[in-house]
Amino acid sequence: MQFEYHLHNDADIQAMLASIGIASLKELFEAIDPGLRVQGSLNLPPALGELELEEHLRELAEQNRAAGTGLCFLGGGAYDHFIPAVVDAIASRSEFVTAYTPYQPEASQGTLEAMFEYQTLIARLTGMDLANASLYDGASAAAEAVLMALGATGRKRVLVAGTLHPEYRRVIETYLQNLEVSLEVLPWAQGALDPADVLTRLDSHVACLVVQCPNFFGSLEPVDQLAKHLHEVGGLFIVVFYPISLGLLKRPGDYGADIAVAEGQSLGIPMGFGGPYLGILACREALIRRLPGRLVGQTVDRLGRRCWVLTLQTREQHIRREKATSNICTNQGLMALRAAVYLAVVGPWGLRQLAELCLQKAHYACDQLASIAGLTRAFEAPFFNEFVLRDRRGNLRQELAQLEKEGFFVGPSLGRWYPELEDCFLVAVTEKRSRGQIDRLVERLAHR
Amino acid sequence: MVHPTLFELSKPGCRAVRWPACDVPQQAVEQLLPENLRAEAPPPLPELAEPDIVRHYVNLSAANMCVDSHFYPLGSCTMKYSPKRNDRLAQWPEFATAHPYQSEESVQGILAILYSLQKMLAEIAGLEAVSLQPAAGAQGELTALLMASAYFRSRGEKRRLVLVPDVAHGTNPASAKMAGFEIVQIASSPEGLIDLTALSQRLDSAVAVFMVTNPNTLGLFEKEIGKACEMVHGVGGLVYLDGANMNAICGIAQPGRFGVDMMHFNVHKTFSTPHGSGGPGAGPVAVTAALEPFLPVPVVRETDGRYWLDYDRPQSIGKIRSFFGNVGVLVRTYCYLRTLGSEGLRQVAERAVLNANYLMARIRHILPVPYNRRCMHEFVATAAKLKAERNIAAMDIAKRLLDYGFHAPTVYFPLVVREALMIEPTETESKETLDRFAEALEKILQEPPELLHQSPQSRPITRPDEVRANREPVVVWKGE
Repeated sequence: MQFEYHLHNDADIQAMLASIGIASLKELFEAIDPGLRVQGSLNLPPALGELELEEHLRELAEQNRAAGTGLCFLGGGAYDHFIPAVVDAIASRSEFVTAYTPYQPEASQGTLEAMFEYQTLIARLTGMDLANASLYDGASAAAEAVLMALGATGRKRVLVAGTLHPEYRRVIETYLQNLEVSLEVLPWAQGALDPADVLTRLDSHVACLVVQCPNFFGSLEPVDQLAKHLHEVGGLFIVVFYPISLGLLKRPGDYGADIAVAEGQSLGIPMGFGGPYLGILACREALIRRLPGRLVGQTVDRLGRRCWVLTLQTREQHIRREKATSNICTNQGLMALRAAVYLAVVGPWGLRQLAELCLQKAHYACDQLASIAGLTRAFEAPFFNEFVLRDRRGNLRQELAQLEKEGFFVGPSLGRWYPELEDCFLVAVTEKRSRGQIDRLVERLAHR
Repeated sequence: MVHPTLFELSKPGCRAVRWPACDVPQQAVEQLLPENLRAEAPPPLPELAEPDIVRHYVNLSAANMCVDSHFYPLGSCTMKYSPKRNDRLAQWPEFATAHPYQSEESVQGILAILYSLQKMLAEIAGLEAVSLQPAAGAQGELTALLMASAYFRSRGEKRRLVLVPDVAHGTNPASAKMAGFEIVQIASSPEGLIDLTALSQRLDSAVAVFMVTNPNTLGLFEKEIGKACEMVHGVGGLVYLDGANMNAICGIAQPGRFGVDMMHFNVHKTFSTPHGSGGPGAGPVAVTAALEPFLPVPVVRETDGRYWLDYDRPQSIGKIRSFFGNVGVLVRTYCYLRTLGSEGLRQVAERAVLNANYLMARIRHILPVPYNRRCMHEFVATAAKLKAERNIAAMDIAKRLLDYGFHAPTVYFPLVVREALMIEPTETESKETLDRFAEALEKILQEPPELLHQSPQSRPITRPDEVRANREPVVVWKGE
């Protein structure tokens, strides 16, 4: 069979074999002991041409009802935000899609300048001194931040808020499982941390505290007080932020974060059933040599012209091997590009207006929903665009499943992570939800 | 030509988005958000109009070399053609706009793809079980090493050592360190292969894992791999295969048959998903039945034609990434494997190895290949003699190739070869392209060294001052 991606005809193959000095393709693999080779052929499904493949995928696609094609009120770390066409247009250009890590700066100035701008945009968004050129996702970025803090402080206690996204906590736990450190989950009350309680748990062995704001429940945390308490014992404050909220909320750098990390999905990246996403990591200048991953720096070429290169590579695994700050090699280049283009498109005032839309619509939805008999807000803490409702009418999971069949994607329900919140669920509202759509959800939930 | 940055292009008042008016009754922001958390002004992002943004990025893109426009023989990175159909299909809204917390019932199509991909990768590996969760090869390594550690813990064994050959990728020792192991480096034999004697000297009951790349980073098949696996198993250790170089052997040989216990795939290398200027990739991990209980949660399973996510795995190492991994990348992988099937994969390996051996045969008379036997998908040449005799370094050749319209090979890796040029043509290049590349190299090596030192000359910049970038790091725009 001649495949679409292969450029050799039989004459080429014969000529090439002759140049090599062998008679058959089989001889290329003589070094492989026959006992190690595939016997016959692999047991894989039959090969499909493009049209057949598309028909096959069509059948599979029809077995999905994607939230983005219905009314999406789902939250919990992935959000249905609008993606401007410019983002897709730029991020689908061959020159970005089919290039790789910019090892040869003269052949990669496009990628390098775009990554340098991404780093700058993230630094400005977060109020931090600098950012790296991206990590895999929000959860692994949080884990990498913890590793940075352990290295920087030489301490062994890691505190994470019980209000941090449960999957992030689980990923941090996985990353730390073989290191000799203690991981402690801080209790919460009324949907957020209590600074007085946190204070009692702090001492000079604490390497870092990881707090998400808005947290997994959508509630705002008392981050300024937490930062103050933590810094008094010399620990590093790691904040997990929601990029869109920074149109209205103070930036992590403004209230004392030492490392700020985020899931960058909300910045122009499709929900995509959880990936590929974007791990954002920004930090204070003092931590620059502990940064994991790629970093782009400005310099000049031989003619004195401004240009960009990968820099401080002695932090990285390909140079330092086991002494590297992390094992990360490939980052999420194309996703970082999407986020950069997105931030360029929305700009400061577009981001503020967007955040206001999310805030207002979410509060309208919350007020309407919480006025339904049997539905109440679980917590009173201030929130941005996501909140927890308690449904006292029972059978919550079946009800959410039924809603989904009708095209209302709401949740997730919280019982799987918090047994005490078995009758609670999240509702997130983005700029894409109109008043009419919110009213339809309210109407539907009022009559269950 | 120097491109202005977004920040220099910024002009107050310009904008590239107009949001709809707020259609719900508004409350005062001061009532909704506490004062101590409320920002006065939005973050200082640049202000730009849409045409400016598009022109900026299109101009930037023109400063890149890429697979779609250039031969890109970057060794160890498998810069093959990324099929356009896979991008289109993965971007369908039924896949791209699914939320990770939808019900299983509403994503049966995606789960079917993931389930089928798990099975296909297990078959290609010759192993039992697969996790699709790791976001990249390095994360796959970490995942597998944490699994190995959990496996030994479950058997009441304490093993602290990971053995890594000197030709290994840097990620191997870095991942082993993150997983809490100590690293022992094993010197390669004079043939550039695993030195069984050196290996046996380091094997004892403290050894948890032997990490091996096969074909190795010299482009050579480790012909003693079966014996090495036996020896490691003999002391109760496990063998990890770094699958970065699977493009040479997919459909030809199965690592499970070597005796390998666990491995990762780099789908952006072997299975054509776009390299994306440095990601996103995906690093699925395949393991034996004995290691299956330790896979990250969830695993996609099937019961009576219904697909579901199995979180009830008490021995699991937990989660290595949020949600289910880089699903959009995995959908592309699925499309690629369904396009090629078993015969197509075998042809990929045959043509990748054919191209590498052909190119090696064409250039080794001018650029010696120290480990000079039949190579697999790539080979490592050296400029050491040129450097000594004519002051032409590997980097000079790499830079001059850019002027001839070719991306450079990987240089200065692996570390065991001085002045290394690691060349991987991949199967999606024609004989004609390889001939042009070989001819360019011949011409370059007849040029005066001074010219090479001054190269590249045709790119948007000449060689950058990397020392300055390191000494005074400027990693965010601060204005001139």
